[in-house]
Amino acid sequence: MNQETSVSPIGSRLNESDSKIISIKGMHKWFGDFHVLKDINLEVAKSERIVICGPSGSGKSTLIRCINRLEEHQQGSIIVDGTELTQDLKNIEIIRSEVGMVFQQFNLFPHLSVLDNVTLAPIWVRKLPRAEAEEQAMQYLERVKIPEQASKYPGQLSGGQQQRVAIARSLCMNPRIMLFDEPTSALDPEMIKEVLDVMIELAESGMTMLVVTHEMGFATAVADRVIFMDEGEIIEEKPPKDFFENPEHDRTKLFLSQILHH
Amino acid sequence: MSETPTNPRYAPGTHPDLPPPRRTTGALGWVRSNLLSSPLNVALTLLSVWLLWTILPPSIHWLFTGAIWTAVDRKECWALMDAPRDGACWAFIRGSFELFVYGWYPEPERWRVNLTFILFIAAIVGGLRENIPGKKYWLIFAAAYPFIAAWLLLGGFGLEPVGTNKLGGILLTLVVAVTGISFSLPLGIALALGRRSNLPALRGVCVIFIEFIRGVPLITLLFVASTMLTYFLPPGSTFDLLMRVLIMVTLFASAYIAEVVRGGLQGLSSGQYEAADALGLSYWKAHRLVILPQALKISIPGIVNTFIGSFKDSTLVLIIGMMDILGLGRARLNDPEWLGLAPELYIFISLFFFISCFAMSRYSLNLEKKLQTGHKS
Ligand SMILES: Nc1ncnc2c1ncn2[C@@H]1O[C@H](COP(=O)(O)OP(=O)(O)OP(=O)(O)O)[C@@H](O)[C@H]1O
Ligand SMILES: [Mg+2]
Repeated sequence: MNQETSVSPIGSRLNESDSKIISIKGMHKWFGDFHVLKDINLEVAKSERIVICGPSGSGKSTLIRCINRLEEHQQGSIIVDGTELTQDLKNIEIIRSEVGMVFQQFNLFPHLSVLDNVTLAPIWVRKLPRAEAEEQAMQYLERVKIPEQASKYPGQLSGGQQQRVAIARSLCMNPRIMLFDEPTSALDPEMIKEVLDVMIELAESGMTMLVVTHEMGFATAVADRVIFMDEGEIIEEKPPKDFFENPEHDRTKLFLSQILHH
Repeated sequence: MSETPTNPRYAPGTHPDLPPPRRTTGALGWVRSNLLSSPLNVALTLLSVWLLWTILPPSIHWLFTGAIWTAVDRKECWALMDAPRDGACWAFIRGSFELFVYGWYPEPERWRVNLTFILFIAAIVGGLRENIPGKKYWLIFAAAYPFIAAWLLLGGFGLEPVGTNKLGGILLTLVVAVTGISFSLPLGIALALGRRSNLPALRGVCVIFIEFIRGVPLITLLFVASTMLTYFLPPGSTFDLLMRVLIMVTLFASAYIAEVVRGGLQGLSSGQYEAADALGLSYWKAHRLVILPQALKISIPGIVNTFIGSFKDSTLVLIIGMMDILGLGRARLNDPEWLGLAPELYIFISLFFFISCFAMSRYSLNLEKKLQTGHKS
């Protein structure tokens, strides 16, 4: 199951389970009595880009938050890069340091400068020397195109800039998987593009990505698969072209008609 | 005000940046707009001037110009005045100053008190100043200070031992207040974190502790310290009264600090915890680097409020017979030489507490401003 040696490029998969970086089987979750996630089965290959969409309250956020244990599942299994998520705190720490997450509300640390936000985890979790962490941080800030903001505080930046800092902050941990929970929903229209551009560039570099978003342009451009969720279930799962042109289920059709016609 | 702005018009897109309009300034303008802007305002201003006129001159006379600064007792004070009680007899405070400061601390050893005080200032300045060279060592020194102070004041290990019953006056007040303040902060933070813990047992203990301590008057706790605690201790063991009082005062303040800090913790969005978790920071690292710096910043006014409260509450120890500055001062009032000089005493004591508390209050405002580095949270 956990053969770390599979460095096979995308497409040439020798063994199905080898290249699965995330494997979710028969997973259920409840909030109290409320059954939020029902029998989720999802396999994600290395470098795969997955877009998750669905109506509000369908459990999209909860699903990706289960992958880095911000939420705990109660049944079934989640295996991330060969490590199963259990109560074991050690495993949780390993997985969290390999999985980056970007939030709708950015969640930057307002009391720290941009540079300190970005170097915090490398210094304290990865134990990098400060100089090295800062050098790496500047590389990533350049990659998201805001190196000149390094000494400012998050509150002094626009939403789009903050979200790009948040992406750089995650990337500095050299994650193998990136989770995005509606990264552009809190942004003004003119800032959405600058964040999507960074995400597209990241996708092209071969990062494994799970993105909850309603940006259908983004889905068409980069997704390998689009997953549609409703009421805690995965209803439909297809390459983007198929998904938009031949949706099978009525609920998918209804959802698509709603988001495409506003 | 009445003149219409005569700015020239500019073509769209060519408007230059102009300086802001000048406010009506000058002393006269200020007086007119703040003191004489309406009939009611004029009346209030006149009333205030009349009050100042009648109160200020006699006060100044009593406090300063008519006051006596050197005399051996109150009789001499009266004799030196135009009429008895015509001015303050500050000679009383001057004559008792050493007693008020050091209590009954043995005279040849008083340099130790002075050194403790100088180190106290050094620890405060070194521990609180942001950009001081060798910050790390200053912090270690500040953390070690209470133990250094205890050694200097009480002796042992090469110094002449001094019993805790020799402490009195301002020295005792500062010992009680500073101990309470400096130990209640870490303890209060720990209690606040415990109260929000996921472990039910830990949470329960913290809740019960906080609610119990907050629900009992400090005076009661001090009586417990002075009498009841001996029942709980193994027979024959003696546990210093001052030590018991210090523990009670610290516990009392920490319960309040805990609630203030808990409020600060609740002021943070859950996104801050989630972002720290998602980056792989452990519970302790997340709290130390992300959560507490923000929560404590929000809590500064409440924390300082609690500190000021415990500083003033330290005077309650006089109830169980300890001679802090207030207790000692009152005892001194019964001295036949200085009988009846209560106003002088209470003015002096008020001034001492006011200056100390006002300094704390100013410092906290200053700190809040400094931490407000142009970022909203
Ligand atoms: N901590 C919680 N406790 C109880 N119920 C919750 C909690 N978090 C989410 N829920 C509920 O679980 C359901 C799924 O929530 P989730 O946030 O995963 O939806 P979503 O698909 O991300 O929706 P949106 O598009 O609005 O973000 C919702 O009905 C929500 O009210
Ligand atoms: Mg959501």
